[in-house]
Amino acid sequence: MPLVMPRSRQQRHGSSAPLTLLSLAALVLVWWAAAAIAHSRVLPPPSAVLEVALADLRSGELPFHLAMTLMRVGLAFAVAMTVGSAAGIALGLNRTADRIFDPWLILFLNVPALVIVVLAYIWFGLNEAAAIGAIAVNKIPNVIVTLREGARALDPALSEMARVYRFGRMKMLRHVVLPQLQPYVAAASRSGLALLWKIALVVELLGRSNGVGFQINLYFQLFDVAGILAYTLAFVGIMLLIEFLLVQPLEARATRWRLRPA
Amino acid sequence: MSNPSKPVPRAGASGPLDVRIDSKVYRAADGTRLTAIDALAFTAAAGSFTALIGPSGSGKTTTLRIILGLDADYAGHVVLPRPDARVAAVFQEPRLLPWRSVEENVRLALPPDRIGAELGPLFDTLGLADHRTRYPGELSLGLARRAALARAFAVEPDVLLLDEPFVSLDEMTAGRLRVLLAEVWAARPTTALMVTHNLREAVELADRILFLTERPARLRGSVELATPRSGRDAAWREARLREIDAAFPGIL
Repeated sequence: MPLVMPRSRQQRHGSSAPLTLLSLAALVLVWWAAAAIAHSRVLPPPSAVLEVALADLRSGELPFHLAMTLMRVGLAFAVAMTVGSAAGIALGLNRTADRIFDPWLILFLNVPALVIVVLAYIWFGLNEAAAIGAIAVNKIPNVIVTLREGARALDPALSEMARVYRFGRMKMLRHVVLPQLQPYVAAASRSGLALLWKIALVVELLGRSNGVGFQINLYFQLFDVAGILAYTLAFVGIMLLIEFLLVQPLEARATRWRLRPA
Repeated sequence: MSNPSKPVPRAGASGPLDVRIDSKVYRAADGTRLTAIDALAFTAAAGSFTALIGPSGSGKTTTLRIILGLDADYAGHVVLPRPDARVAAVFQEPRLLPWRSVEENVRLALPPDRIGAELGPLFDTLGLADHRTRYPGELSLGLARRAALARAFAVEPDVLLLDEPFVSLDEMTAGRLRVLLAEVWAARPTTALMVTHNLREAVELADRILFLTERPARLRGSVELATPRSGRDAAWREARLREIDAAFPGIL
């Protein structure tokens, strides 16, 4: 009975892949039909968007702006995950600290992203550090909340075993604590990447002279919807690639012990 | 199992395990105080095997937790055979790390001076040789228990604590595991203390059996079993069981 499980999981994936493609194709078709009916500059057909994307790809502009945004998202992600995980684990393990800092957390969770971005630029100037810091600060409270749940759910039976066998701090962290937190880290990363790049665009629109957000602002001034969609879809495509080529394989590796039940 | 350049087991050089718990009180959520242990004292000689038998809720597991240093909230003292004695435990549940293989689970518990130790003979004895690379989730409860035993013996402890290590196994598997435990223990006798419900198990394995009262736990009595384990056949065990049942009614 348990041996059947991985196979049925595979079957589910296998049958859903063509369906996903079909569903996406239908969406493009609806878009194309709508553009043909509207016949307006503000709703270009997919072919026009593809044309802009290819032109900017050849000129090197698209890769440059994508790379700048990706760099900001990557750095902000690293900062947010590191700071947020450390703080979240600390709050999850220490009830007093949790009681003291919980109101701060609720406050920061409810400060709008735009306010954080504007204040970061006013206080720290229109520079790269302020931009990346503002993106990270928007994400940190979410990471803290998720990892705090994870730390609260740590199994005391395993911690006791580790104490009896005198695991050192590093051994404890690497072999006992982090594997238990892995699902929570994965959840925080998932929602993190999606949130971060949306905030990165706002940051770029308000105070940087490159990146996808800057380009979208430019095309907005020109009322060029094809340009806006070209940059948006290109970046969405990159995020999907990261999800399929980086996040999912890493997760499969981290949970490989789960996939072979007795 | 042990380092061949060190033929004399370290456990032989250490002193007894001295336990004295004057009182252990639990505070329930509603504020009431519950005395779990009330004056429990015993000494286990170096290299001896002691079994602790008592009714459910009589503080046996609490006693083990206190000796393991997992519970410091009690009145009394625990003196280990050496100041820096190495302690190993086999808990009621195997408590293996599900994300590490059987061998990794055992190796992670090794103290610095045993890192890289040859574990082949130990795995062979316990019948784990074919399961070294498997994850705990792939093992039956009996195999997981063996892995927990392997981990405890691999560290070459001064004191070995076993908390009902064969509970919820079928009698066949439990019997086989008892034989295995006796075998690995005989290869390197270490001061062992085993909590159990099962008097037959205690008669098969222990040098001495301590009987606890109902909560709050006190020492009800003890029985010495001087016969070497090799001489304990079925008839001998039945005779001992009858004697103990006569002296301490209600335990069998």
